[in-house]
Amino acid sequence: MRWLRRHLIGIIAILVLVYLFVPIAVVGVLSFNSPVGKYNTSWNEFSIDAWTNICGVPGVCSSFVLSIQIGLFATLVATIFGAMIAFALVRYRFRGRDTTNLLIFLPMATPEVVLGSSLLALFLNLAFPLGFWTVLIAHIMFTISFIVVAVKARLQGMDPRLEEASRDLYANPAATFRYVTFPLVLPGILGAALLGFALSFDDFIITFFNAGTLVTFPVYIWGAAQRGIPVQAYALATLVFLVALVFVLVVQWINHRRRRSLEAAVGIST
Amino acid sequence: MTLAPGANGVDVADLTLINLTKSFGDFIAVDDLTLTIPAGSFFALLGPSGCGKTTTLRMVAGLEDPTAGQIMLGDRDLTSLKAFKRPVNTVFQSYALFPHLDVFENVAFGLRRRGIKDVAGQVNQMLELVELGPLARRKPGQLSGGQQQRVAVARALINNPGVLLLDEPLGALDLKLRRQMQIELKRIQTEVGTSFVHVTHDQEEAMTMADTVAVMNMGRIEQMGAPVDIYDLPTTRFVATFLGQSNEIEGQIVESSGDELVFSAYGQRFGVPASRSVVDQGPAYLGVRPEKLGIVPAGQADSVAAQANQVSGKITDTSFAGVSTQYMVMTSWGDEWIVFEQNRSASQPLRPGDEVVVHWLVEHSFGLSPQV
Amino acid sequence: MTTTTSTPVAATSVSTQRRPRTGYLLLLPGIAWLAVFFVVPIITLLITSLQAPVPGRSGVYTLGFEVSNYADALSAYWPQFIRSFVYASIATILALLLAYPLAYFIAFKAGRWRALMLVLVVAPFFASFLLRTYAWRTILSDEGAITSFFNALNLLPDNRILNTPIGVVLGLTYNFLPFMILPLYAALEKIDPRLIEAANDLYARPFTGFRKVIWPLSLPGVVAGTLLTFIPASGDFINARLLGSPSDSMVGTAIQVNFLQFRDYPVASALSFILMAIILTVVFIYIRRAGTEDLV
Repeated sequence: MRWLRRHLIGIIAILVLVYLFVPIAVVGVLSFNSPVGKYNTSWNEFSIDAWTNICGVPGVCSSFVLSIQIGLFATLVATIFGAMIAFALVRYRFRGRDTTNLLIFLPMATPEVVLGSSLLALFLNLAFPLGFWTVLIAHIMFTISFIVVAVKARLQGMDPRLEEASRDLYANPAATFRYVTFPLVLPGILGAALLGFALSFDDFIITFFNAGTLVTFPVYIWGAAQRGIPVQAYALATLVFLVALVFVLVVQWINHRRRRSLEAAVGIST
Repeated sequence: MTLAPGANGVDVADLTLINLTKSFGDFIAVDDLTLTIPAGSFFALLGPSGCGKTTTLRMVAGLEDPTAGQIMLGDRDLTSLKAFKRPVNTVFQSYALFPHLDVFENVAFGLRRRGIKDVAGQVNQMLELVELGPLARRKPGQLSGGQQQRVAVARALINNPGVLLLDEPLGALDLKLRRQMQIELKRIQTEVGTSFVHVTHDQEEAMTMADTVAVMNMGRIEQMGAPVDIYDLPTTRFVATFLGQSNEIEGQIVESSGDELVFSAYGQRFGVPASRSVVDQGPAYLGVRPEKLGIVPAGQADSVAAQANQVSGKITDTSFAGVSTQYMVMTSWGDEWIVFEQNRSASQPLRPGDEVVVHWLVEHSFGLSPQV
Repeated sequence: MTTTTSTPVAATSVSTQRRPRTGYLLLLPGIAWLAVFFVVPIITLLITSLQAPVPGRSGVYTLGFEVSNYADALSAYWPQFIRSFVYASIATILALLLAYPLAYFIAFKAGRWRALMLVLVVAPFFASFLLRTYAWRTILSDEGAITSFFNALNLLPDNRILNTPIGVVLGLTYNFLPFMILPLYAALEKIDPRLIEAANDLYARPFTGFRKVIWPLSLPGVVAGTLLTFIPASGDFINARLLGSPSDSMVGTAIQVNFLQFRDYPVASALSFILMAIILTVVFIYIRRAGTEDLV
């Protein structure tokens, strides 16, 4: 009983993590299923058909590739624009700062249906054809704010003396940016870009409003639901999840290793 | 190791500040400062937090624009020169080493920005000077505090600046390392011959390292000179208490004929040499350093020389500190005085409650103006 | 000296060194993008919501000032609005109750597992949102272990979870839980753990220590987390569609159906605009009350 009380928070924490992972595990398990009928919702028998023939159903892989393309383009543009805004907000003094902050905050405080439907209203009124470009425009729009927030936090965490030291050491503003500011902020920008890609790749609601006949991966899954989602979609989703997880874990592990060797080095030298 | 002055196109020259002023809104951080720092000197700007010493340093570095005034290095006017064009370098508080560059690249940074291609020789030579040769490929995060400090010095000095500015450079180090680095910095300064301008709030650090100390308060320099001179003869009440400790009496100068002034307070008369007083009539303060005082039990007051200044009182606290004993003495008019007594005799220290007479030689008194 | 001059003075000197024009140039592309593709669409939404139908041509509308669209939208869909905010509120509270212990554990107790646990919290972002929600259909299915368990205890009013409001709220709670955990963790992580010890040292029982020290200091995270959960949850239509019955539909469903199926753009726009207005009002009142205006 006492043991339970002492470890109560830990137990709840683990249970919540399990809660987060149960559906992901189900998706992973179902990717090895050979379903009865067309609906892949309950376990039948083990099969690796979906993995060996991952593009075997028309439309799965093309929608997947399209989502990656849109994710990459949207992330690239949004990261550049967002990082620029973050620099302006942290490093420059200008009028309209409050308005700018509000404009960054509002898209995050607006539900996706509103973002998606308002853009659709605009495109309909302009008779702008829906498709790749409208989806890309939408994705850039809703990603920018998240990038600004992430990069801004990184910039604010930077010691202003580092840039002063650079100026003191004969680096003009351009050289200071190139050799000091940018390399120090880069990890923050890359982290923000990863977040932006994840948001864009998995977005359904805003995309659904503005896609027209374009089929991204989430739109494919939504559409396929009526006739049964192919097992291949489960396999692709599991694949993306595993690749991302391994990537993040490797980065963490490298950081950890570096920190360990660093501590060891300091231990020896002092 | 010698670094020929002039490699940076700058000879070691006097740094002169002329009517330098900096205000932030209504707050005047540096108030009409005029001073000359002789070439090759180790100069300390000493003062409490907010006295304007760091702002002065930042203006010299070009990191802060003066509101008014001029900064000259030799005959060259630096006032409107951008930081990255000034032949002046800084050792920053907490060092500001670039965390993404290794020791070598940190030290080479200034040379590379000035377009110097072959930096290896100079960098290695500089790393030798600060005894960091083997750590050239370490990142700053892998160094101890003392090593980071040396990198910061090397990174600034390699540019052969006309003046090296040090902003509380030892503040982040523990006491033992700080002592070590004080000696180290002094050695490096002697070796390279560059003027060092050192900002600190630590009076002991300023006095041990600097040839000249300027005590700053509220944006102005209160007193400037060799540490020994300032300590021996402070000219303001601020300096008397900020640099070391002082005992003070408030009173009037009543006689000013001859070499010795007569100071009167609480019905008693005290002597102070005319040459050691900044006022020669009217309201004044008389001061004396605690280690200049002698202390005897009230019963032995006869043994004190008649011409010595005397104050009687009662001991409120005795703390024995090995080489010396520190007494707190309540004077007959209610002030608390500090007395440092060398433990030369074998006798027991006096005890709290004992009635005593505190005495000192006239030539150890100093006279101050009543203004703070 | 250290604190009074170095930080604030450094900040001013940095900005005085730079011309504001460069600042505006840096802002220009991103802000222009947001102006054209966020602000203009919202205005278009407002205009569309006031349009009148062209007689005889379905899906075609003309400029007008049909305030009645709003009355129509509200009278037809007020239950959806109520359901949206009720479901979203319950989901937000549940998410807070689940997220707080986890965030607390990661911030103070996880030790060397901290980085790994944070990765695990973010990991669901990398698995398809839709497929995860579909997976809940499998987990909560009527024949499934969870439903059977609760049925055995006779706890379920409809004897099922799937296709009931409980299913919808469970899905909403699940989907937006990481948005609650991350800001909570960010706020808790900044708290010096010695404060807990100090509170215990000053004779506070563990719970009093939490209530008087940790909870107030974590409030910025609570505010950010509840908003980041409540806002998307109240506009969501996927969970209602996949885990609820048609009678559990939310306002997001109504907007989507009116826009994309009925092509009744004015009513859909009116619904959208009302939803945004309510949420922004709630957000600003909430932020005011909580006293944390620096969310961005």
